[in-house]
Amino acid sequence: MAGDEKMIDGWPLPVTDDPLDREFYRAARRGELVIQACGDCGKLRFPPRPMCPACQSLAQRWQVLAGRGRVWSYTVPHPPLLPVFNAQAPYNVVVVELDDAPGIRLVGNLVAGTEAPLNSVDPATIRIGEPVEAVFVAMAEDVTLIRWRRPLS
Amino acid sequence: MTIKDRAAIVGIGQTPFAKRLEPSETELACMAIRDALEDAGISPAEVDALSSFTWESSEENEVASNLGFGDIRFFSRIGYGGGAGCATVLHMAMAIATGQASVGVVWRSRKRGSGARVWALAQERMADVFKSSRPYGLVRPADEVAVLTRRYMHEYGMTRDHLANVALACRKHANNNPAAQMYGKPLTRDQYLSARWIAEPLCLFDNCLETDGALACVLVSAERARDCKHRPVYVHAGSQGMTAPHPTMMNHFCDEPLDGPSWATARGLWRHSDIQPADIKVAQIYDAFTTLVPLSLEGYGFCKRGEGAAFTEGGALELGGRLPINTAGGGLSEAYVHGFNHINEGVRQMRGTSVNQVPGADACLVTSGEAVPTSAIVLRN
Repeated sequence: MAGDEKMIDGWPLPVTDDPLDREFYRAARRGELVIQACGDCGKLRFPPRPMCPACQSLAQRWQVLAGRGRVWSYTVPHPPLLPVFNAQAPYNVVVVELDDAPGIRLVGNLVAGTEAPLNSVDPATIRIGEPVEAVFVAMAEDVTLIRWRRPLS
Repeated sequence: MTIKDRAAIVGIGQTPFAKRLEPSETELACMAIRDALEDAGISPAEVDALSSFTWESSEENEVASNLGFGDIRFFSRIGYGGGAGCATVLHMAMAIATGQASVGVVWRSRKRGSGARVWALAQERMADVFKSSRPYGLVRPADEVAVLTRRYMHEYGMTRDHLANVALACRKHANNNPAAQMYGKPLTRDQYLSARWIAEPLCLFDNCLETDGALACVLVSAERARDCKHRPVYVHAGSQGMTAPHPTMMNHFCDEPLDGPSWATARGLWRHSDIQPADIKVAQIYDAFTTLVPLSLEGYGFCKRGEGAAFTEGGALELGGRLPINTAGGGLSEAYVHGFNHINEGVRQMRGTSVNQVPGADACLVTSGEAVPTSAIVLRN
């Protein structure tokens, strides 16, 4: 990661080279939201795991989803947090239920846009059930995080 | 064969509770265990079995060496942090009921008051389940439970007043308990409602205390228990539990995120128990966060799904109410030692020696951490 000017010191980021889920991170860098699916019965699962709990198959594939969902719940953390988050607190963390994968819910942030900070949306305006769409935010050479914004239309 | 009433808790011990204590975790563990054995009237040389948490730093061999135990024939560790407490008692009761052990010690020692916050040790590159949440600023257990709390409020109409009912009940009980960190520190509803946020909708007083301290219990067979110093407190029933699809703190990767691990634990617990929820007059319910109490009231069958918040109304959780809980103050107001103080208080209620004694209480439910793979026991006298 040395020399990558986008890397923010102290920001907790995922390992992205684990064979189990590296495709999730590769897809995010391409601007796609993919979810692991069973290669036999097709059941979607998250977080990624080696085996399908529905049919015990080890076969898997990655399914491209639309990147749209609804706010399932949210919180507004206040300090003391990790230093990088203290700097933007209070901010929102949303849990988004995906429109095309009911029961799969991703943690993210509702932001005003790709370059906007974590606190760019007034938490008092957030409503459970409101529609959101994915934005892809490059944090490091190998890490693109999926956040959410309100639909433009 | 079941464990029903075949083993009993005959000794309890604990150190002082404070934000900062000087002794090491091993030293605190040894103090609490020594006092529990003294309380039981049993020599350390007779101890032959141990059980504690995987998170426990005081190793079995260190504890045994310090206390002068003889041969140890059974030792077990239970995982998942705050979910482990009641399971240490359950495992020991199983070991005693099957003849694998004769005198068992269970304990938890933790310097979470002066030591590091677990979440603050986060690595910059994460390979575990937190890789899907921490990069977004969902960092602390409080943040994760806040998400569940908001959803529960949305689905079932719980308000902050309901959470205050939990916090104020625990504080009231702690105010009578000289051992509690919040002894002599009353809390009003106005103070609760104007407290600073930790993770909205959770405020400071929805969060458990930060505590240095240790607790221990001694278990023996029901036969032997009758010859000990105190009235025996029988382990009537117990269960561990994970609810499919087995999430941990972030309980939203499933169809029913509000069905926490207590639901599976309760099904295992009540199946083997002659004592049922309607018979329970006092309970010690794991309360790292206020929200866990209404969720547990539902999970353990004191009310239906969605009724946990309303259950807290009218002083129901306070002494004299429908189901007094956490009668020593709980994790919210006595001490937070991964819920082990709930076990010792359950024993005091069954002995009739609680500072907030529930008249006529002949059975006590004790639960461990809702929201992680967990455990629960029913104690009776």
